[in-house]
Amino acid sequence: MAVAADGGGGMTDEVAVLGAGMHPWGKWGRSFVEYGTVAARAALTDAGLEWRDIGSIVGADTVRGGYPGYVAGATFAKALGWQGARVTSVYAACASGAQAVNTARAQILSGLADVVLVVGADAAPKGFFRPAGGDRPDDPDWLRFRVLGATNPAYFGLYARRRMAVHGDTPEDFAQVKVKNAALGALNPYARYRKPVTAEEVAASTVVADPLRLLDICATSDGGAALVLAGMEFARRHGARDPVRIRAVSTVTPRYPNTVLDLPDIATDSAVAVRPAPETFRESIARAAYEEAGVGPEELSFAEVYDLSTALELQWYEDLGLCGEGEGAKLLREGTTTLGGRIPVNASGGLASFGEAVPAQAIAQICELTWQLRGAAGDRQVAGARAGIAANQGLFGHGSAVIAVR
Amino acid sequence: MPRMRTPVVAGWFAGDGDDFRLLGTRCSACTSVFFPREDAHCRNPECPGGDLAEVPLSRRGHVWSYTDSRYRPPSPYVTNPELPWEPYTLIAVELAAERLVVLGQAVPGVTVADLAVGMEVEVVPGVLHEDADTIWMTWRWRPTGVAA
Repeated sequence: MAVAADGGGGMTDEVAVLGAGMHPWGKWGRSFVEYGTVAARAALTDAGLEWRDIGSIVGADTVRGGYPGYVAGATFAKALGWQGARVTSVYAACASGAQAVNTARAQILSGLADVVLVVGADAAPKGFFRPAGGDRPDDPDWLRFRVLGATNPAYFGLYARRRMAVHGDTPEDFAQVKVKNAALGALNPYARYRKPVTAEEVAASTVVADPLRLLDICATSDGGAALVLAGMEFARRHGARDPVRIRAVSTVTPRYPNTVLDLPDIATDSAVAVRPAPETFRESIARAAYEEAGVGPEELSFAEVYDLSTALELQWYEDLGLCGEGEGAKLLREGTTTLGGRIPVNASGGLASFGEAVPAQAIAQICELTWQLRGAAGDRQVAGARAGIAANQGLFGHGSAVIAVR
Repeated sequence: MPRMRTPVVAGWFAGDGDDFRLLGTRCSACTSVFFPREDAHCRNPECPGGDLAEVPLSRRGHVWSYTDSRYRPPSPYVTNPELPWEPYTLIAVELAAERLVVLGQAVPGVTVADLAVGMEVEVVPGVLHEDADTIWMTWRWRPTGVAA
């Protein structure tokens, strides 16, 4: 059964998710190649396919110093055993996984490939993400550290404080996001953190970037995720009669002037000459996905959002149109976004429970969409899941949102 | 020999005391302002492209948001690992005339407890760090009415 379309323009054909696989998130101290290969083999097994059946592999590059580190596509192809598949590697910071999925989709819809393996994995360095070394004043990511010492959590702190001032959010609201996501992550065997967390524990954790505390901010993790995507005709021939389908992949960039201070920028664009668009960049990421899918926020069963911080999860509620501007905390307090609510958000446990393994993360979000839509998410299953969105935003202006349906 | 006072980034600010200003550029065709400065091309997609001339930014603005850095940031931020870490405050400031937000450190001694969104601040010169040959200069935000 398809979700009702609104007949809007710009819709594209669907691709089928035949397989999803992950390596558990953690701090395992091994190579990203191992995590990615484990995830890839799991996705192939889930799809009922052999690696030699795959005509194309797309890898999401690892991240080192804000920029591509290890080129991933060929690395995974070699580890799985060279078999001649077409190869692509992509980089879009936190949005790399969505770009990898979109690349696979474009190959399938254009007829370049029948079935594509998408893989992302990383072994995250310890501590704050930091830029590459050397003296590089032409690199905005280097400059924000050199001039301001502005770490990623510093930006999260700015956004959180802004929400408190403009919308009246409180640190207790932020803590409740962690409490919710930790409880859900405890139900997910792939999550790194699997213990419930109390609001008191959040409040007792150390302040990192006021008003955010350690338990408000996502960790950096090792992990790997993979998908096997195919055209609908291939899926039918393969015997997948009712597969999860990807209906939209949004990979939009901001519109000038971008008036929200984004990582890693030191300033926003100026709105003195051009009136800003009525929607922010993050809002436009979701809107583009809704338009392409012909699905609106009211038709979603659940959402996976990029909760780099607890406060950012509330921002996503509004940016996805799950509620009006400033109503994110209210939606949370009412229980709408937890399991059993009208639209559970981060039933996987989110980044709060996983920590960020950058190139794997957007792919992991789609693994969760797949399992939820199949009704295979175990104790964290969203009842009657028919349509889900995964949203995220990568450094340097990379939008990413995927809508999947069944 | 006296040490050189050198801007941490060339061309982003100039002047002393009350004459200290952040420096951006303005497009002669569409009037868009850029900070950090754009010197090659106007980034307004509707603009045919004009000359980009240096322009000082407003000295005063209002707090858009603020936070602090309770942990030592990684390199290339320069700190002395021998000394205990002293948190500093970061302020994002909205400049009304230019309609943009600029991030900067607060002057030393100003903590998040001293700030509120909407408060007026002004830009002042500050020392980012010093080494054997150089005093590295930067810009800082200071609530108006607070003595230097």
